[in-house]
Amino acid sequence: MSGAPAEAASFKARADAALADRILKVAVERTAGTAEAKRAVAVDAFPDFQAARTRAAAIKDHVVAHLGPYLEQFEANAIAAGAKVHWARTADEACDIVIALCKAAKAKSVARSKSMLGEEIGLPHALAEAGIGRVETDLAEHIIQLADERPSHIIWPAMHKTREQVSALFKAKHRTPHEEETIAAMAESARRELRTQMLGADVGISGANFLIADTGAICTVTNEGNAELSLVPPRVHIVTAGIEKIVPSMPHAVHMLRMLARSATGAALTQYTTFYTGPKRPGDRDGPEEMHIVLVDNGRTRMREEGLAEMLRCIRCGACMNHCVVFRQIGGHAYGGTYPGPMGAVLTPVLDGLKQSRDLPNACTMNGKCQEVCPVRIPLPTLLRGWREKSWREGLEPQSLRAGLGIWAWVATRPRLYRLGTGMAVRAMRLLGSKGWIRSLPLAGGWTRYRDMPKPAAQTFMDQYRKENGR
Amino acid sequence: MTQRKVALFVTCLVDMMRPRIGFAAIRALEAAGCDVVVPEGQTCCGQPALNSGDTEHAIALAKQTIVALEPYEAVVVPSGSCGGTIRCHYPELFEHDPAWLPRAQAVAAKTWEIMAYLDEQCGWKPEGVQVTAKATYHDSCSGLRELGVKAQPRRLLKPIAGLELTPLAGEETCCGFGGTFCVKYPAISNAIVGEKADAIEATGADLLLAGDLGCLMNMAGKLNRQGSKVRAFHAIELIAGMGDGPAIGEEA
Repeated sequence: MSGAPAEAASFKARADAALADRILKVAVERTAGTAEAKRAVAVDAFPDFQAARTRAAAIKDHVVAHLGPYLEQFEANAIAAGAKVHWARTADEACDIVIALCKAAKAKSVARSKSMLGEEIGLPHALAEAGIGRVETDLAEHIIQLADERPSHIIWPAMHKTREQVSALFKAKHRTPHEEETIAAMAESARRELRTQMLGADVGISGANFLIADTGAICTVTNEGNAELSLVPPRVHIVTAGIEKIVPSMPHAVHMLRMLARSATGAALTQYTTFYTGPKRPGDRDGPEEMHIVLVDNGRTRMREEGLAEMLRCIRCGACMNHCVVFRQIGGHAYGGTYPGPMGAVLTPVLDGLKQSRDLPNACTMNGKCQEVCPVRIPLPTLLRGWREKSWREGLEPQSLRAGLGIWAWVATRPRLYRLGTGMAVRAMRLLGSKGWIRSLPLAGGWTRYRDMPKPAAQTFMDQYRKENGR
Repeated sequence: MTQRKVALFVTCLVDMMRPRIGFAAIRALEAAGCDVVVPEGQTCCGQPALNSGDTEHAIALAKQTIVALEPYEAVVVPSGSCGGTIRCHYPELFEHDPAWLPRAQAVAAKTWEIMAYLDEQCGWKPEGVQVTAKATYHDSCSGLRELGVKAQPRRLLKPIAGLELTPLAGEETCCGFGGTFCVKYPAISNAIVGEKADAIEATGADLLLAGDLGCLMNMAGKLNRQGSKVRAFHAIELIAGMGDGPAIGEEA
């Protein structure tokens, strides 16, 4: 089953399992392929998208360089609007704050609107440990919860499942499942299942796409309206947000929204875009009585100090993974962290440690497509190369590679020896081939297991050239 | 007219695996009015070390390459990926080295991918070349995204009599070679090149063309393993009028 790769111990084992799962391939291709095509149309229709990307990057760079003052401004304005602001340095601190708030509200169940920060800090697990019931209001997250799996994509958490698999899951788990095999009937089944639980929740928990400094407002975008429905009825609303989500003001948020929606799904805007400022005020007909905002660092200030400031531009659109040849083959679970794809390969070593995740920055062909599509111009290949350098310096790369490259560089920095060596190497390789191709090459089994190696010419270019030029 | 004195950086793969790409490059450059020199001191540009995180060895090889290429007016490379390493990554490597940074920047500024050089700098087009075939073109990633090589090879291939160029679905999608990636993660690389091979077959083309030998070896090796009849060439071989020779993996 498609969720299984997440359980395997190593990246390579998870990737192998994913590669063997043909249903997974179909599922990933359907969603990412559609997103790729729709984004291309949306970007073509956008007047001067490249200038808009530059502006988006500049907005993020500016706030990342001045995080402190903007966060203080946001805090003051959020408090003035009636919200309470909490600060968490780590994932554990963030969860402790949320659990304490839920307990203070005597919450038996919470309605959660999908947020990647919630996944990052392990909130679903923390709620379960505290014995607090949880209803996931995002349809895909609901699917994941029913299947007891982890999200495999930051926009479509259940993208690894085909609709056929989802149908089977609903039939097994919903109280009144759908009878017709249509998307409408399946959506209706989920709606029946979720609505009652959502309306009965004591606390609503959401993330934030943007924190707006000059008003203290938070902005969320969803395609299903689930944030609104899960955050307005409960008595208490808790927002968890990474500190890098800050933008100075509404016009900046609007610019980022235009980049986010087009890059993620190719839509001009997300169906539901909501700005919340403080709890219910006297005279308001609805809204929560209490609003809490938990601002989470969890490695972010360290990233800024350790040369990863550009990664803090990320607005979690998922374009990099949708366009990544590696992600398209192995899906999100194989990455093993909260965030998959190229952006995950940069973030996971920050969150889980490089020793556990050194494969991720390496499992990239450096083709640069992710950087080409990133709406905030994050130089992802450069950041990935930075992790490779660190991994090399810290001795985490395999000894065979270190030795191989060492010998190569030693010879290659001695041109005469190099000529002699390459001349001998091509003659040796030619002995292994027949009819122009080598089907099995010692020390290059990774190559010849799957493809043939052309037989080299009898003489290197340099030898032939010297001969022809009489040197 | 004074001839432009250009250095040809052959690349280690062309040197060892397919020298005729180097000779095709010389032939085309000479036809375009260049005086071509192959500097002795060159070996490998250091890209495998650079991409593996082995900065120390990458710097050693970059220094050697810079010294070998410094004396010339221009440096021309029959590879977008090695060209991209010199042009984009050498200056990054010496970012904090005030002695070497200007030297790296100077070499970077005069380094060109071969087809970009012939087209943009020389304004040259092949004359009297004929190849009767249907070809398709794969845009190798580094050339495309680091050096902006896209229209130039197509402009150079267009005057070839008898050559029909048919588009490749996903022509800008990586073939899964990625230098050391293909041997570090062979199964993932295989899945990627497998799709690429299918897309190439689906064009119905006789010839696969590209501007990087690494990508070509990957795609041709996969096509051959699958029993495909598609023949692979570096585009410069056709442009230089050497398209009648053996394709990659064919005996001379």
